[in-house]
Amino acid sequence: MADSVTARTPKRSLRTLAPKQSLGKTILQYKYFYLMVLPVLIWYALFSYAPMYGVTLAFKSFNYSKGILGSPWIGLENFQTLLTDPDFRRAFWNTVIISLMKLITHFPMPIILAIVLYEFSRTKMKRFFQTILTFPHFISWVVLSGIIINILSKDGIYNQIIMLFGGDPNSPLVDESAFRPVLYITHVWREIGWDSIIYLAALAGINPELFEAAEVDGANRFRRLLNIAWPGLKSTVAVLLILQVGQLLTQGSSFEQIFNLYSSPVYSVADTIDTYIYRTSFTIGSDFGYTTAVGVVKSIISLILLWAANTFAKKMGEEGLY
Amino acid sequence: MTDTTVKKRKKWSVFDIVAFVVLGLLALVTFFPFYNVLIISVAKFEAISKSDFYIFPLSFDLSAYKLLLQDMKFWSSILNSVIVTVVGVLFSMTISVAGAYALSKRGMPGRNIMLSLILFTMFFNGGLIPFYLVVKDLGFVNNLLVMIIPAGLNTFYLIIMKNYFNTIPESLEESAKLDGANDLYILYKIIIPISAPFMATFALFYAVERWNEWWYALIFISDASKAPLQIYLRETLITSNSLLSQMAQTLAEQEQTGKVYTPALQMAAIVVSSIPIIVVYPFLQKHFNKGIMVGSIKG
Repeated sequence: MADSVTARTPKRSLRTLAPKQSLGKTILQYKYFYLMVLPVLIWYALFSYAPMYGVTLAFKSFNYSKGILGSPWIGLENFQTLLTDPDFRRAFWNTVIISLMKLITHFPMPIILAIVLYEFSRTKMKRFFQTILTFPHFISWVVLSGIIINILSKDGIYNQIIMLFGGDPNSPLVDESAFRPVLYITHVWREIGWDSIIYLAALAGINPELFEAAEVDGANRFRRLLNIAWPGLKSTVAVLLILQVGQLLTQGSSFEQIFNLYSSPVYSVADTIDTYIYRTSFTIGSDFGYTTAVGVVKSIISLILLWAANTFAKKMGEEGLY
Repeated sequence: MTDTTVKKRKKWSVFDIVAFVVLGLLALVTFFPFYNVLIISVAKFEAISKSDFYIFPLSFDLSAYKLLLQDMKFWSSILNSVIVTVVGVLFSMTISVAGAYALSKRGMPGRNIMLSLILFTMFFNGGLIPFYLVVKDLGFVNNLLVMIIPAGLNTFYLIIMKNYFNTIPESLEESAKLDGANDLYILYKIIIPISAPFMATFALFYAVERWNEWWYALIFISDASKAPLQIYLRETLITSNSLLSQMAQTLAEQEQTGKVYTPALQMAAIVVSSIPIIVVYPFLQKHFNKGIMVGSIKG
């Protein structure tokens, strides 16, 4: 069956099979699959690639009535403004600090949780804990922020506890030194259970005989973790670390979380590139060309970070992403 | 998930006890805020102010819920969210299942280019303003469709689905082909039915996403009658909760007790809006471990 041969043959050996079947014929044979993938391709063309064209706005002075095409070119002027804009600098450093700190405070947590869950031998209870710990992931940041604001409010449970121990009531959400820790803690709270699933999957993929053999050989729990569980986890950890570093400036600084929790008293420590773009874009007298330039800088830094993380992972002997 | 490991009825080891305590504390911390929401939603203002440390429900009063259910804006936002969720899941599942299935065909010419183009979007995008202008030009402003179509595809889910389809043995399709079925028919009549639990998981993921949708509404919807539930919640929970208005409200409440305690109303809104998630959660929980495992990151 010609069908299954082409389906299983890797791309590079297609040439050797070429006399058997022309490319045109192969394409025709896959016509229904092209039909199936077409809506997806159109979607990406419209909502991912068309906006990429709009990046040219960063080099233009945007005029609403003239549109993207008609607006005049101004070269690098927007980028020059950006370098001297104190608000942009503040947003830039906040983004870097918040996302790096989030990576440091959050990234190891789901791995530790997965190992503890894996080693915990009570199956039913394990499932119970997992059920509870993954739940917050499915609640929106809008609602979670509502809950957090309530807990941290003047007569919320947080201040009731503070006063119980004789402290002075305060509100971490409007306190410059406490706001970021609130972000880190609530991020772990929401995602630890969900993020641990993928590590649990990796651990479940390890041959249990390895563990049994190690146990017979007298390896203690710590040895087994170090020599069997960790090598099994390593490549998953590497891939996720690369992904997260690559998305540091986007997901890492989580627009949804910060936007719903912050307020003007904490802008100095909480305003990130995303919240800055949103605020400046949708206020009167906004300059779309300028805010696009801000977005471009962010994307470029993200790409560099991704490349750096991937190169680093490869140097460390991991497979990397590409 | 590690059920396959041969574990007979063991006694509690020291490790198990430590793990139990750690996990128990973690679960308590995770669960407590939601419990707090529930007890505040049924609390009377006096009950809260009398008790320094309000942990047990000392009063039971449903007036916050009554007031909430009388609010027409609440109902219209619920209706919008139901529409967005139902139509959105149909849209998302239709295009992502078909697309992922096609992309799982290794021999399809152009497949690698398509996959690279799709993966690239996870790391680079035009940014907010160009996206805004494109979506606006397509006529999605103040249109519920903005939360259904532009929001409707999740690249991560698409890749997991594609990897899943790769695990289905080809012999299944081959035998159907021999009987003269075309690929669309095979997808619809064979592949989808045999992967029903997997499909259900992703339909639920998309449903949760659509139910929680607010970003697209924040940017593209200004018409209050088109606002989804999350925007309504944002208004009741966050915008009206600036410190100033909170103080003002508390003062007003202290003067005329018997009125509905504002936090009770807010927490009641959270409870009611979370009911659909709580209802589907057991189904999600049952399947997502497997779904993620099958997909993993690479493939």
